[in-house]
Amino acid sequence: MKGGAAISVLMLLGACAPAPVETAPADPAAVARGRDAASRLGCGACHAMPGIAWPKGRVGPPLSGFGARPLIAGELPNRAPLLAAFVTDAPAMAPGSAMPAIPMKKAEADDIAAWLLSLDD
Amino acid sequence: MTERTLSSEGWPPAVLDPAGPYSEPVTLLAWVLLAGGPVILAIVLGALWIALRGSPRLKTRLGGEKAIWILGFAFPSVVLTGLLVWGLMLTSSLSAARVPEGAMRVKVIGEMWWWRVHYQDGQGRETLRDANELHIPIGQPVLLELEAADVIHSFWVPRLGGKMDMIPGRTNRLLIEADAPGIYKGQCAEYCGGPHALMGFVVVAHTPADFARWQASRLPSQGAGGEGLALFLSSGCAACHTIRGTPARGRAGPDLTHVGSRRTLGAGILPNNPGTMAGWVADSQAIKPANRMPAYHQFSGEELQALTAYLVSLK
Ligand code: HEC
Ligand code: HEC
Ligand SMILES: [Cu+2]
Repeated sequence: MKGGAAISVLMLLGACAPAPVETAPADPAAVARGRDAASRLGCGACHAMPGIAWPKGRVGPPLSGFGARPLIAGELPNRAPLLAAFVTDAPAMAPGSAMPAIPMKKAEADDIAAWLLSLDD
Repeated sequence: MTERTLSSEGWPPAVLDPAGPYSEPVTLLAWVLLAGGPVILAIVLGALWIALRGSPRLKTRLGGEKAIWILGFAFPSVVLTGLLVWGLMLTSSLSAARVPEGAMRVKVIGEMWWWRVHYQDGQGRETLRDANELHIPIGQPVLLELEAADVIHSFWVPRLGGKMDMIPGRTNRLLIEADAPGIYKGQCAEYCGGPHALMGFVVVAHTPADFARWQASRLPSQGAGGEGLALFLSSGCAACHTIRGTPARGRAGPDLTHVGSRRTLGAGILPNNPGTMAGWVADSQAIKPANRMPAYHQFSGEELQALTAYLVSLK
């Protein structure tokens, strides 16, 4: 018990250290909704994505571990608002991309961004 | 985390949820057989238990002449004859031998691994060619003339009717009907090689007024195709695909005159939006392996965008 308390205290102290990258805590419901939306919209037609068994398209890069990547399409900082804008309208954010603008609701784009940022495997 | 596959608006289709007069009897029959099977199985297992573990008195009775006559002869005769007669009566209304007066007629031809859809008028003359999607009005029977171009396929839209094989060199007839407007998914139900499991189908049922509006909208392509159409014509697409109103007259693949208004792409399997359209055109082989459209590795991102925008505009 005592050991456990000591570890908790250590963890609390550890949490006080300035984080190198600010990571908003992922809302599990948004992550799940995001994966469903990506599945429903057929993003798999171009990307292999963790948790989506079929299709596993090859036009775009595989998106496993995407949450840990520093840049979106090698151009934009990988943060939630930019990522949501990118998945809705990639040509506007990264001109020349083969990824088309895909009609979706703002909430869907936000959920998809939350899901993509949660991908760590 | 469990892996999931994309499920575009209820594909693969639900099989025990009838939505019209030609599927209800099939579903009822399926439930009766499904419920009857375990009852018979329980009787057989009971007899087996008696034979192996029962008291000598029970064993003698089970092996006696009376038991053989009743359980071995009378019971199966009554049950099987009853089922046969009831089943035939129940499903006689499904037969396309007697086609209701004035029923709409459509020829559907199975291809590896998609469907041609040829609408006909009352005299059996072709009025419109489309693919992979069938539009019908609700509340009236539709007669399907089913054919196959290459191997045996099977037409099956479980919520609207029975299952019927499509056989090369033959025309099989099937009636379907939808009670309410909606989208009803289908699936090829006879293994036809390669991506058979990815050979889906869509029926869209409209109210009569909506159906008339839909019919009136099936005009040849008017649009100035611009760069997209030019790419379509110069990239070899036109050798396999028809877009009415343009020089594209190919017949090897689905008619694309209205591809932008379809609910799905790839024969019922993908939702239809600019993303899936571009993904299909660039590399349909990754999505539906071994299908008969080649992958296109020659387009730049901008060219793919232009071609996609054109195809999406074909409403
Ligand atoms: C037509 C094919 C296509 C479709 C459909 C598509 N993408 Fe993409 N996607 C691409 C391509 C190509 C790239 C690479 C773009 C670039 O680098 O400019 C890309 C890049 C990405 C990236 C950045 C990847 C990286 O390594 O930086 C993300 C994230 C992404 N897509 C998410 C999605 C989501 C979510 C969907 C569904 C809403 C989707 N994509 C649908 C083709 C597609
Ligand atoms: C060798 C013949 C061939 C060529 C060339 C070809 N296609 Fe196809 N295409 C097909 C076949 C066959 C299918 C149906 C595939 C399936 O679902 O099994 C198809 C399907 C499609 C579909 C989906 C239609 C639907 O209703 O699901 C689109 C869109 C399409 N092709 C566009 C193109 C474009 C654009 C090109 C040129 C870049 C092209 N095709 C070149 C044969 C071809
Ligand atoms: Cu098949």
